[in-house]
Amino acid sequence: MAEVAEKVKQKEPLFSKKNKGLMTDPLFDNNPITIQVLGICSALAITAQLKASIVMAVAVMFVLAMGNVVISLMRTIIPSKIRIIVQLVVVATLVIIVDLVLKAFAYELSKQLSVFVGLIITNCIIMGRFEAFALGNGPWKSFLDGIGNAAGYGLILIIVGFFRELLGSGTLLGFQVLGDPIEKTGLYALGYENNGFMLLAPMALITVGVIIWIQRSRNQSLIES
Amino acid sequence: MSLKNKLHNLKEQYKGKKMAPAFNAIHTFLYLPNETTHSGSHVRGADDLKRTMNMVIMAMVPCLIWGMFNAGYQHYSAIAGGTPEFVSFFDHLKYFFTLDNLLIGAQKVLPLVIVSYVVGLAIEFLFAVIKKHEVEEGYLVTGMLVPLIVPVDTPLWMLSVAVAFGVVIGKEVFGGTGMNVLNPALTIRAFLFFAYPTWMSGDKVWVHQAVERAGTPDAISGETMLGMLAQKKELSYSIDEAFFGFIPGSVGETSTLLILIGAAILIFTKIASWRIILSGVIGALAMGLIFNGVVSQGWITEGSKFYDLMSLPFWNHLVIGGFAFGITFMATDPVSGAQTIKGKWWYGFLIGLFAVMIRVFNPAYPEGIMLAILLMNVFAPTIDHYVVQGNINKRLKRLKVKTA
Repeated sequence: MAEVAEKVKQKEPLFSKKNKGLMTDPLFDNNPITIQVLGICSALAITAQLKASIVMAVAVMFVLAMGNVVISLMRTIIPSKIRIIVQLVVVATLVIIVDLVLKAFAYELSKQLSVFVGLIITNCIIMGRFEAFALGNGPWKSFLDGIGNAAGYGLILIIVGFFRELLGSGTLLGFQVLGDPIEKTGLYALGYENNGFMLLAPMALITVGVIIWIQRSRNQSLIES
Repeated sequence: MSLKNKLHNLKEQYKGKKMAPAFNAIHTFLYLPNETTHSGSHVRGADDLKRTMNMVIMAMVPCLIWGMFNAGYQHYSAIAGGTPEFVSFFDHLKYFFTLDNLLIGAQKVLPLVIVSYVVGLAIEFLFAVIKKHEVEEGYLVTGMLVPLIVPVDTPLWMLSVAVAFGVVIGKEVFGGTGMNVLNPALTIRAFLFFAYPTWMSGDKVWVHQAVERAGTPDAISGETMLGMLAQKKELSYSIDEAFFGFIPGSVGETSTLLILIGAAILIFTKIASWRIILSGVIGALAMGLIFNGVVSQGWITEGSKFYDLMSLPFWNHLVIGGFAFGITFMATDPVSGAQTIKGKWWYGFLIGLFAVMIRVFNPAYPEGIMLAILLMNVFAPTIDHYVVQGNINKRLKRLKVKTA
């Protein structure tokens, strides 16, 4: 009896190598944005500021991890014909929770993110993970998968947000790290000026493109034939 | 030992090494390469990519020299409170070709040329060494175009950032010379325009020192003709002055006369497509005529913010602003333009059409040729696709008639 129990335990350690892989793979070699090219629209829309990027990353992480768990728990009872509707209901519920929390505790940010919090519902990463993973795996694995994918998404968002805010507004999280553009201190005293192009959506696309370029030239196996 | 031999020895010395492309480039830039083909049949021609590029540069040199004098001419005119009265072209040259004017030009324009070439070629060499291919000649023309299409007071660091962006994102990511979708020079200008709009538009940037002097008792300004029209101010230059180039504007684009000479050189040497230039002019005239018609029909009143630009006599659009420069030197870029003969007609026509349309309807940015060319660059492959498909369909039909 004891042996059997041990076997079961050995079969499923919480952070087995495979389970860890669920979390770390989407960070780099299977990144939802740079490799699967999902969730681009929000990556372009809200990354003009680092703070918004971080909040968006956290929001998506909450929705994706929770949603994956809920879908995974219900996976045996969802009729496959209406599974998309069920998934939408789950994700909509979670998004509304996030939206209300943001409105209650971070009103300014919620206004900045505007419609894009609501649009998490249509974020391809979320539906993609529900369909591809949560419907076929247990809740714990689904939870890890959700955290991993959202982290991969958030990582790119934060990198893009970092460069766009630094070069576009000369600030980071609202702090003027390059000096004051009006008082002409720091770099601005030397004639430096903020790059307005960084604040426009095309530059977000180009920044994501450059990340993809760097990633693929470092890891040639990612290049499609 | 002659320089050629020295270079040749250097090249042999570095053969197969990492820096080889850099030495090869210097050697072949200055001299005819020693390698020749010995077998097989091939197209024979004295011109290679380098000579072609150099021809375009030579066609632009008059514009550059004019731009240098004009930098000083505009500067001193603005200080004096206005340009000297324009009587005739040759009479006016005595105000124009002065040493003082040239000194300002040498101070302001030459650094732009140098920075543009140094930054751009450095990136080209870097990519050639990393990617292990020969240095490509494409930047030779871009490097000359860039200083001609920016305002005279553009800060040099901005220019270097823009050149780096344009060469890397506009060209190298697509695979280098010959593979780019967009015209690199215009990519650089578009970057500058969207990144630093205060340095690329308004009434302060076109005259040397106008930005520095703003807010002081010595303040000067100089508005381009398009800027005046967009803001419904009275034009202070005649169309003759605009044709000869005694007006403020980006460094090299003011003199339509010299651009025409450049165009003649390019068409004579068959480097630029006369079809694109001609159809571009037709397109601009057509759009100008449409707007003139709208005004004469009374559909638009004098109070409208588009009135001044719309009622401008249609042919004036060819002379003022950067239209002539763009359609001659940038729309005809053989890489980013349309390739088929029929496609070239459409490509040029639409550039002309859009250039004037953007001019009129976008008062915040009163020059449309840059965006028009970039837009049509993107559509050029589509145009070519339909031309080719159309030809295939036509011939298929002929086949059917024969067999039937």
